[in-house]
Amino acid sequence: MAGLHKSDFANPVINWIDTRLPVFTMMQKEYGVFPTPRNFNYFWNFGALAMVNLVIMIATGIFLAMNYQPNTELAFASVQHIMRDVNFGWLLRYVHQNGASMFFIVTYVHIARGLYYGSYKSPRELLWIFGVVILLLMMATAFMGYVLPWGQMSYWGATVITNLFSAFPWIGPKIVTLLWGGFSVDQPTLNRFFSLHYLLPFVLVAVIFLHIAALHITGSNNPLGIDVKTPQDTLPFHPYYTIKDSVGICVYLIVFAILVFFAPNYLGDPNNFIEANPLVTPADIVPEWYFLPFYAILRSVPDKLLGVCLMFGSILVLFVLPWLDTSPVRSARFRPIYRLFFPLLIISVVVLGMCGAHKPEGIWVTLSRLGTFYYFFHFLVLLPVLGKLEKPLPLPESISQAVLGGRGGGPLPSGAAAKPMEKA
Amino acid sequence: MADTHGAAVSGHGPGGEVTKRDMIKLVATAGAAIGVGALAWPFIDSMNPSADVLALSSVETDLKPIAEGSGITVVWQGKPIFVRNRTPAEIKEAQAVQLSQLIDRTDGLDKQRVKAGHEQWIVLIGICTHLGCVPLGNKPSDPRGEYGGWFCPCHGSQYDTSGRVRHGPAPLNLPVPPYAFTSDTKIKIG
Repeated sequence: MAGLHKSDFANPVINWIDTRLPVFTMMQKEYGVFPTPRNFNYFWNFGALAMVNLVIMIATGIFLAMNYQPNTELAFASVQHIMRDVNFGWLLRYVHQNGASMFFIVTYVHIARGLYYGSYKSPRELLWIFGVVILLLMMATAFMGYVLPWGQMSYWGATVITNLFSAFPWIGPKIVTLLWGGFSVDQPTLNRFFSLHYLLPFVLVAVIFLHIAALHITGSNNPLGIDVKTPQDTLPFHPYYTIKDSVGICVYLIVFAILVFFAPNYLGDPNNFIEANPLVTPADIVPEWYFLPFYAILRSVPDKLLGVCLMFGSILVLFVLPWLDTSPVRSARFRPIYRLFFPLLIISVVVLGMCGAHKPEGIWVTLSRLGTFYYFFHFLVLLPVLGKLEKPLPLPESISQAVLGGRGGGPLPSGAAAKPMEKA
Repeated sequence: MADTHGAAVSGHGPGGEVTKRDMIKLVATAGAAIGVGALAWPFIDSMNPSADVLALSSVETDLKPIAEGSGITVVWQGKPIFVRNRTPAEIKEAQAVQLSQLIDRTDGLDKQRVKAGHEQWIVLIGICTHLGCVPLGNKPSDPRGEYGGWFCPCHGSQYDTSGRVRHGPAPLNLPVPPYAFTSDTKIKIG
């Protein structure tokens, strides 16, 4: 339907633009007055934090790329050049390097929030699927970015991860040669990883746009997991959640700054201070911390193909999670048994992470097998069965009743309760 | 839209008077703007010359091989530097020029453009002050223009044997880089 938009903005310049391209109206609708459940806790900050993190990564990355050389002869030295010679290069690089860790911390909390409060359930299945795509893209981007400094861990990480594909029968070795562009990880590999590492964040931006577009169709889930029924259940996004997100961003930036300024290499691996040597593998080869649980799953199985399948499967299972969980109740607050098992899932992932950091010997083999078993048991057995057996607690009638009920019905500050009603 | 500018959201009181919340909003927005502005500086500064580029700030040049009447081009900070051994006739011609004959009169006297006692040597940054081309004229066989110095092939600017612009469109004389004689036959540029 063509035709000019009838803009309500008083400012003539904004009005003129908005009439022709109603972006201001859209922002006002989606981020100004957007009706948002009134009962968010701080776990609902992490989506916004991830957005901020992505912007930081793209900004620092673009400026790092101005000084980086994707060439096996020059890459390692060019990173040292950034660290020593480029003005504030050390800052850009440490922010980018630790920003990857912060990104995964924030995203893992965001995912755990979704798992606990049932954010993946109907009608948010597609929203969740976009989220899993985002996770996969993040992992690919992080992996290829880690190869770029061309240290020992970069090189051997690239070798090991690309060799995962060799597990597939018959076509496996052909895929690996294709990924490498040669017969080992070398110049063509580094060059294409740089190209893709620059590309994928912008693909991420596009998928995140879809993730948020889908979110704004279904509306946000909330800690009670019940639907918004009346305008009394919501608050306008601005200023209530812009402010709440800002508080979270401040805390997040403090943690980020501590990491960058006081422990910039805490999460890194000392082996990556040694330039890549295709003839010598480091004694301990471990991925970055955010990949450790998956690495542990890979190593817990003595069979090469099965290990690779389980590792990929541990992410792919998330795609079908909305249909594996048969319980109609979203929030774990009202699922007394699921609530007991949820910490076990978190513990199994943390234990798997610890296993991934240790050599697969003795107790760590047993623990990683137990962790792998529980991880898949949780998704493939527990969630389908529990939904049928568990008796959920009674759900509150509405968000506003649950939020305001405990207060004894006293008078409310005008901004908190009266406003949304007026809006409706 | 309009209703979002109501009392509770905008913070203005019912009569539109300025409230404490206006102050809080202003301080918060200003704080965020200053923070983002401060963060922008490391990004911008990272595009300035890095330490290794600055370290290449001087070069030594041997003057012995340069025959009278010709010049050479050396690279300093990525720029062409003309070093020319002038003939006595060229020196005399350069010294005879009056300020009133020049387009750009700053440092226009020949003695301001050479080192005392080394009048035969002229050292110039060889970039046309019009649009950045490298003028011709180091080799005696090059076109040197009417004034016997340098001729820019891009837009026809002409420089004399002291590197002063004598014919436009270039507006300024060729600049003299900082340099010093380390011996009678050696200079250090930068």
